[in-house]
Amino acid sequence: MLLILWGVLIQFTIPIDNGDALKNAEADSQRTLYPYVTGTSIVAIKYKDGVLMASDMGGSYGSTLRYKNIERVKAIGKHSLLGASGEISDFQEILRYLDELVLNDNMWDDGNSLGPKEVHNYLTRVMYNRRNKFNPLWNTLVLGGVKNGEIYLGMVSMIGVSFEDNHVATGFGNHLARPILRDEWRADLSFEDGVKLLEKCMRVLLYRDRSAINKLQIAKITEEGVTVSQPYSLKTFWEFQAFHNPTAGAQGSW
Amino acid sequence: MDLNLDAPHSMGTTIIGVTYNGGVVLGADSRTSTGMYVANRASDKITQLTDNVYVCRSGSAADSQVVSDYVRYFLHQHTIQLGQPATVKVSANLIRMLAYNNKNMLQTGLIVGGWDKYEGGKIYGVPLGGTVVEQPFAIGGSGSSYLYGFFDQAWKENMTKEEAEQLVVKAVSLAIARDGASGGVVRTVIINSEGVTRNFYPGDKLQLWHEELEPQNSLLDILNAAGPEPMAI
Repeated sequence: MLLILWGVLIQFTIPIDNGDALKNAEADSQRTLYPYVTGTSIVAIKYKDGVLMASDMGGSYGSTLRYKNIERVKAIGKHSLLGASGEISDFQEILRYLDELVLNDNMWDDGNSLGPKEVHNYLTRVMYNRRNKFNPLWNTLVLGGVKNGEIYLGMVSMIGVSFEDNHVATGFGNHLARPILRDEWRADLSFEDGVKLLEKCMRVLLYRDRSAINKLQIAKITEEGVTVSQPYSLKTFWEFQAFHNPTAGAQGSW
Repeated sequence: MDLNLDAPHSMGTTIIGVTYNGGVVLGADSRTSTGMYVANRASDKITQLTDNVYVCRSGSAADSQVVSDYVRYFLHQHTIQLGQPATVKVSANLIRMLAYNNKNMLQTGLIVGGWDKYEGGKIYGVPLGGTVVEQPFAIGGSGSSYLYGFFDQAWKENMTKEEAEQLVVKAVSLAIARDGASGGVVRTVIINSEGVTRNFYPGDKLQLWHEELEPQNSLLDILNAAGPEPMAI
């Protein structure tokens, strides 16, 4: 009987108020210290009619390729596409924020709708403010869209660094895709050429990024709207003569 | 995103050695990484020690290379002195000697496999620390975590050469599907009384697993094949 009373007492005294960050050392138990389930690169380009964005469908759990059907590019409102790399749970939280943003925008019922510039600005504020509180959303976001004929493409990092460009890439794409895009991107790319350019980048990432998987989606946004392709895989090339017997002349090397 | 190009070259790896009725089959993936970057996507991790003994290397690329270089050198001398091919057991013990006596400095797990006239086909696992374990089959490297259940179910005694090689290729392929540190092509080496056969299975020749799709040349081919409603969700 006494034991049960003690149990009840303890239950009532245990909850700790974690609110005051300045005084309470355990108050930062809620921050994201490191990511768990992560998405790798996003690569996006402006083209003749709008923006093309490519990503693979992988969610890595450390070095394990745990999830292979994660959509990392989503439509936002009527005029924008959001792609995310980094922690997937944080991306899902951002989508919830944007849902609320779009909902409130629609409730005005004034015929106006959020364009990509506005969404990008909102996301920049969110990311930067979280960074200032040492509780970042562990993502690098790519925001592309078209409104009233104006084609827009930008990105925001987890520390709030934000900019626009004709072509962007996150994660490994920074190192592997950017050089290709700098060399081969043109303002008047057709849809076909844009897709081929993105596929060229994605193939290199597949070869050289440990966390890449061979299952990708390419999303397109134009004045007409958003379309996201079905998931598909790319062919890879392994038939270099040098690959067949690389150590023939040097036993024990790699 | 941290590329960390100064990280030591590590072969995340999946390595396998399997005995069958008449010899052994050794298998490995071909990915060598520096941090998260794939430094070599077509490495050869199955290294020759003698005509009849090979070793699968995992862990630090440098450590495993230098250990196998030393052992090749010792075995060469040993073969001359002995007047006949070295046995698999001797090769494994030389590996063990280096691995054990330098255990504080080395970070490499090895699988020694081969055929000799006394014992036939043999596989010896030499994990971190320098333990030697003779086994009917051995798995190693980061990708092996994903294969323990698979081998518990799929391994059988007295397989044929074809069955053994198929098992190895399937296993490495499954590990590649889930281990980010393994990838590329599957290489196998079959050793028996007749000699040594090297095989090469590129990524696109392997079976597709769960949530993997048939590779295409381009999205454009899919869209054109689909007909007049392209890019519909």
